[in-house]
Amino acid sequence: MTTTALSRPAPGRLPAGLKPLFSGWTNIAITAACTAITLWLAAKLYAWGWAEAVIHGDATACRAASGACWAFIADKFDFFVFGFIPEAAHWRVLFVLGLIAAMIAASLYRAFWGRTLLITWVVALVFAALFLQGDAFGLTPAPLRTWSGLVVTIWIAVVALATAYPLGLILALGRLSQMRAVRLLSIAWIELVRGVPLISILFLASIMVPLFLPEGIELEVLVRAQVGFTIFGSAYLAEIFRAGLQSVPKGQSEGAASLALTRWQALRLVVLPQALKAVIPAQVNTFIMIFKDTSLVLVIGVFDLLGTFKASLSDPAWLGFSTEAYVAGAVFYFAVCFGMSLYSRHLETKLSRDHQR
Amino acid sequence: MTPAAPARSRNFADLWNDAGVRKTVFQAALVACVAAVAFLLWWNASGNIARRGLEVGFAFLQRTANFAIGESVIPYSPADSYARALLAGLSNTVVVALFGCLLTTVFGVLFGVLRLSPNPFLSRLVGLYVEIGRNVPLLLQLFFWYSLCTRLSGPRQALSPLPGVFLSNRGLRLPSFVANDGLLLTVLGLAIASVVWLVLRRWAGHVQERTGQRPRILPWGLAALVLAPLAGSQLATSPIAIDVPELRGFNFVGGQEFSPEFVALLFGLVFYTTAFVTEIVRGGIQSVPKGQWEAARALGLPAQRIMRLVILPQAMRTIIPPLASQYINLTKNSSLAVAIGFPDLINISNTVINQTGQALEVIFIFMGSYLTLNLMISALMNRLNAAFAARER
Repeated sequence: MTTTALSRPAPGRLPAGLKPLFSGWTNIAITAACTAITLWLAAKLYAWGWAEAVIHGDATACRAASGACWAFIADKFDFFVFGFIPEAAHWRVLFVLGLIAAMIAASLYRAFWGRTLLITWVVALVFAALFLQGDAFGLTPAPLRTWSGLVVTIWIAVVALATAYPLGLILALGRLSQMRAVRLLSIAWIELVRGVPLISILFLASIMVPLFLPEGIELEVLVRAQVGFTIFGSAYLAEIFRAGLQSVPKGQSEGAASLALTRWQALRLVVLPQALKAVIPAQVNTFIMIFKDTSLVLVIGVFDLLGTFKASLSDPAWLGFSTEAYVAGAVFYFAVCFGMSLYSRHLETKLSRDHQR
Repeated sequence: MTPAAPARSRNFADLWNDAGVRKTVFQAALVACVAAVAFLLWWNASGNIARRGLEVGFAFLQRTANFAIGESVIPYSPADSYARALLAGLSNTVVVALFGCLLTTVFGVLFGVLRLSPNPFLSRLVGLYVEIGRNVPLLLQLFFWYSLCTRLSGPRQALSPLPGVFLSNRGLRLPSFVANDGLLLTVLGLAIASVVWLVLRRWAGHVQERTGQRPRILPWGLAALVLAPLAGSQLATSPIAIDVPELRGFNFVGGQEFSPEFVALLFGLVFYTTAFVTEIVRGGIQSVPKGQWEAARALGLPAQRIMRLVILPQAMRTIIPPLASQYINLTKNSSLAVAIGFPDLINISNTVINQTGQALEVIFIFMGSYLTLNLMISALMNRLNAAFAARER
C-alpha cells in the first residue's frame, strides 16, 4: 500500500521494530491517535469496571458509586446458572454441565475422534436429559418447563449440533444425489430454511408445531425450540458439507470403486473423511453461529442465559444495572466463541501441516 | 415412517450405485413419504383449526387492524386494514435493511483497508473491534445499545455531537431538508453535473487510448459539480430550506426524528455486520497476488491509483459473493427488531397473529416476504458480480 519499498532506503535512524509505527508524519499521527483512543478507553474501562466499581454490597451502595455494580452479578450468579430449576436439583445441573464440559474437552483431542466418541456423546446426552429431569432416577423432578439459565444455552447448542449434524449430512448427500426427487426435496429444504430468519423458524416451531400435532399431544416449548434449531442448523451445515464433498476429487471415489468398494463404503471410508476434514473451519464457524443464535430462544419464551440476564433486570431490588448484566453476558459469549475460533485456527494450521507431510 | 426406516436404509446402500428401477422406486417411496407426512400434518392442522374454531383464508387481511404502530414509513392508522399493517411492517424492515447495507458497506470497506494498514497499532485496534463484533450475539448487542439509548438523558439535556443533531432518550433528531422546488432543482443540477462528469471521464478515456495522454478533466468536473446545483438553486423560486430541530417545551420540533428503537436496531446491525464485512474486505484485498502490486509499481503508478485501478477491481471478485450473503444476513437479522420493540414485519405479524389467531396465513406471508427480499438481493448481487467478473480474451 505504501511506496516505501520503491523509495531509496533511508539511513537507519529508527530501529526496525519501530519503523512501521513512526515512518512518516501520517504514520506518527495515526500512532498518536490510536494511542490516545486506547488510553482513553482503557482509563474509562478501568475506572468503571474496577476502580470505582462495587464488588461487595447492595443496590444502595451501587447507586452511590459511579462505577459498575458487580455485586449485582454476584448476587444473581446462581440465577444465571440455575434459572428456575428447583434448588434440590442444582447439583444435578452442575453434574450435567460438568459432563458436557468433559465430553467437549475429550472431543478437542483428535486422538479420540471416532465411532466410540460418537456413541459416547449420544449416551451422555440421553443420560443427561433423563438425569436432569430426575423422574427416571427417582430424584426430585426438574421438569423441562423449569429448565433455564446457562444449562439451557449449553443444552440447546449441543443438542442442536448433535441432531443437525447427521441431518445436514443427509441433506448434503441428497443435494448432490443424481435422483431428481431427492435432489429437489433437499434443495427446497435447504434454500427455504436459509432464506428466512431464524426468528421466523422459531415462531413456526412455537406457534405451528402445536397446530400440526394430533390432539392431546403437547410438546414443551424447549423441545419445540430445539426442533427449530435442528431444522435451522441442518440447512446451514448441509451447505458446508456440500462444499466439502465437492472439494474431494472424483479420482478418490473412482479409486475406491476400483478397489471393489461399494459406493456406500467408498463414501463412508474414503470420501467423507476427506470432505469433512476439508471444511473444518467452516463447520466451527457454523457452531459459533448456532451458539450465538441460541440467545434468540428468549423471544419465544425460553429462559436461556440471556433470558435470565434479562429477567434479573426487572428485579425491583436491583433496578437500573442493565449495562453490567449485558457486559457480563457479552464477556461469557465472547470467551466461548473466541475460544472456538482460536481452536478452529489451531486445527486449520495443524491439518494443513498434516496435509503437507 | 419409522418402522420402514431400517429396511429402507439397507436398500439405500444398494441403490446408491444402481441406476434404473430401484432408483425410481426409492424416489417414489420418498415422495410418497413426504406426501404422507404433509397430509398427516394438514389433517392434524385442519382438525385443530376446526376444534379451536379458527378461521381459514386470507379474508382477514381486509378487516380493520385496530392497533397502532409506533412508526411507519408509509402512512398508517389503526383504522387501516391488516394488509396495510403488514405492509407498514415490511416497509420498516426494508428501510432498516437498506440503510444497514449501505452503512455496513461504507464502514466495512473503510475498516477492511485500515485492518491492512502497515501501522500495527491501527490494524490491531481494528482487529480488536472485529473480534468483539463477531463473537458477541447480535441480540445481546441490540439489548445493550437499546438500554444505552433509553438511558440517555431527556430532550432538555440532549447530547449534541454536531449542531442541529440531538441524541436523547426520545431518539435521534437530525436536520432535514424541506421539500420545495429549490431542493428539487438543486438535486437536478447535481444529477446533471454527475452525468457531465461521467461523460468527461469516458471522453478522457478515449483520448488516452488514442494518444496516450490523459486530458485533465478534474477542474472541469469540479466546476460542473459546483455550478450546476448553484444554477439550479438560483432558478428556483424558493431557496433551499433546512429544518433544524429545536427544543420547545419538553421535546424537539422540526427536523427528522428517528426513534430509539430504530437507532439501536440500525446501530446494532451495522456494528455486528461491519465486523464480518471488514474481514471479507481484508481477505479480498489479500487475495490479490503480490505480483499485481509489484507490476503496478513498476509501471510507476502511485499507491492510491494502484489500489483503485488494479487491486480493488480484482479484490471485488472475491468480495462480492460473501458480501451478498452478509447483506442477506443483515436483512434476516433485522427481524431481531421484535426483541427491542421496533415495529418490523415480524413484530407486526406477531401482533396480527395474536389478534386474529391465523398463524398459518401470517407466517406464510412473512416467510414469503423474506424469501422474496433475499432473492432480490441475490439477483442484484449476481448482476454486480457479473459486471466485475474477469473477462478473458
